[in-house]
Amino acid sequence: MRPLPTPHVSPAPVAAPFWDAAARGEFVLPFCDACPGFFFYPRVICPRCGSREIEWRPASGRGRLHTFCIHHQSALPGFRDAVPFVSAIVELEEGPRLMTFLTDVEPDPAAISCEMPVEVAFTELDDGQRLPVFRPRQLGGTP
Amino acid sequence: MSTGVAIVGVGEADEIGVVPDKSALDLHAEGAINALGDAGLELGDVDALFTCGVDFTPTLLVGDYLGIKPRYSSSDSIGGSSFVAHVHEAIMAIDAGACEVALITHGETRRSNRKRGVPPRPTHDDPWMPDGQWERIYGVASPPAAYALAATRHMHEYGTTSEQLAEIAVATRNWAALNPRAFHREPITIDDVLASPWMVYPFHLLDCCLVTDAGGAVVVTSVERARRLGRPVVEVLGSGVAQSHYAISQMPDLTESPARISGDVAFAQAGVSRDDVDVAQIYDSFTYTVLVELEDLGFCAKGEGGDFVSGQRTAPGGDFPMNTSGGGLSYTHPGMFGIFLLIEAVRQLRGECEERQVADAELAVVSGMGHYLSSAATAVLART
Repeated sequence: MRPLPTPHVSPAPVAAPFWDAAARGEFVLPFCDACPGFFFYPRVICPRCGSREIEWRPASGRGRLHTFCIHHQSALPGFRDAVPFVSAIVELEEGPRLMTFLTDVEPDPAAISCEMPVEVAFTELDDGQRLPVFRPRQLGGTP
Repeated sequence: MSTGVAIVGVGEADEIGVVPDKSALDLHAEGAINALGDAGLELGDVDALFTCGVDFTPTLLVGDYLGIKPRYSSSDSIGGSSFVAHVHEAIMAIDAGACEVALITHGETRRSNRKRGVPPRPTHDDPWMPDGQWERIYGVASPPAAYALAATRHMHEYGTTSEQLAEIAVATRNWAALNPRAFHREPITIDDVLASPWMVYPFHLLDCCLVTDAGGAVVVTSVERARRLGRPVVEVLGSGVAQSHYAISQMPDLTESPARISGDVAFAQAGVSRDDVDVAQIYDSFTYTVLVELEDLGFCAKGEGGDFVSGQRTAPGGDFPMNTSGGGLSYTHPGMFGIFLLIEAVRQLRGECEERQVADAELAVVSGMGHYLSSAATAVLART
């Protein structure tokens, strides 16, 4: 498989638990105790109800590919030489959607389809940080 | 019905396209003077200024350059739809007595800025902001990728095809062929669109708007004052503005834009039906942008946009004349296109479009779309 771009991540303080967990190979999400329910992206209030009763909970790391695009050029430094690569929005089992890379798949629309099952994986960045990405998941195959 | 407000002057900058020897402000000012001249007004008549896309304090910068001291101003900045939203705001400001003559200007030199090494417009570039923290790191930091993500989902849910998207590019180019100021005027085919290089799947190069240098302006005042100017009066019958998200991963439904809300508001206020529309100016940052707007504005049902645009329906001679200037795809697109939608709609309603004139055009719809399908502004205009 071709290597993914390796962006520089500058963790926002409000998202530190997410990035700290990722560095350990774990996937966590912010959870509103008032709604209650998961949400993304992390922030100091719940975007559904405005509550500040936010905690972090482990999440399954499983979901479905909501949509994708395949970059054949990029103006972003560090991404230009990595084309073609696949950016995707994943809808997690817990409900929220998030942007990610789709990996372990050819950057070819014939090989990718919306609603395909995916699971989180972690790619190493230069500074010891790890970046959550998603790859196709065999239904029933992965613990 | 009517808002009681009219667009009385429109104008582009003297030159548009590739204008390496002028600044964005020069283009604002040329557009402003041309639009005021068109209205039979002068800078001294202007008491409200609306603009965005330049600097941190846009109306201060443009007001300074123009030498005016407006008693009301707004730099509402919601992407390319902003200038249509400025009309909506001008209506409220005029209605409230906050101003009488509103000038809306836009100018960008996005194409030539590249050669000068000037960033296109102010950006925060703060990695703690949601786009920097959660999207840019995955390569999504510009409109092509964001709109591509939405288009892929639409294709999945409704079977929309690349050929249907290409219909829009071809029809729009055929209008551009009739506009002497259009950037690209040579006809293209659906096969040409499909054979053009991939930008970001599912968009080919010819699914994407131009990057040009351009400016323009419109002048808005009360219908009452407009009648005294002795020029054709184009009334704003209805207008609406809506927004739903900033980051594309936060878009509630990737196949439905806020034009559904802004369109319903504007048509309800106007008291006209979609069937009454003679000519449509629909923001075309990408071919897909048009398709989703047509659905959300109610010209066809959700999911039927592909069928709606097939068979060159929106081309010259088709039964739904759309983007008659050649649009952002072929006429000009300096980074935001809203002002040019208004300019072309007014010219069509006045019957000033010569070769590309739509016969008996009396009612027009203008649909602005901003940022990542994030904001929409709709205006229904009529010659009265």
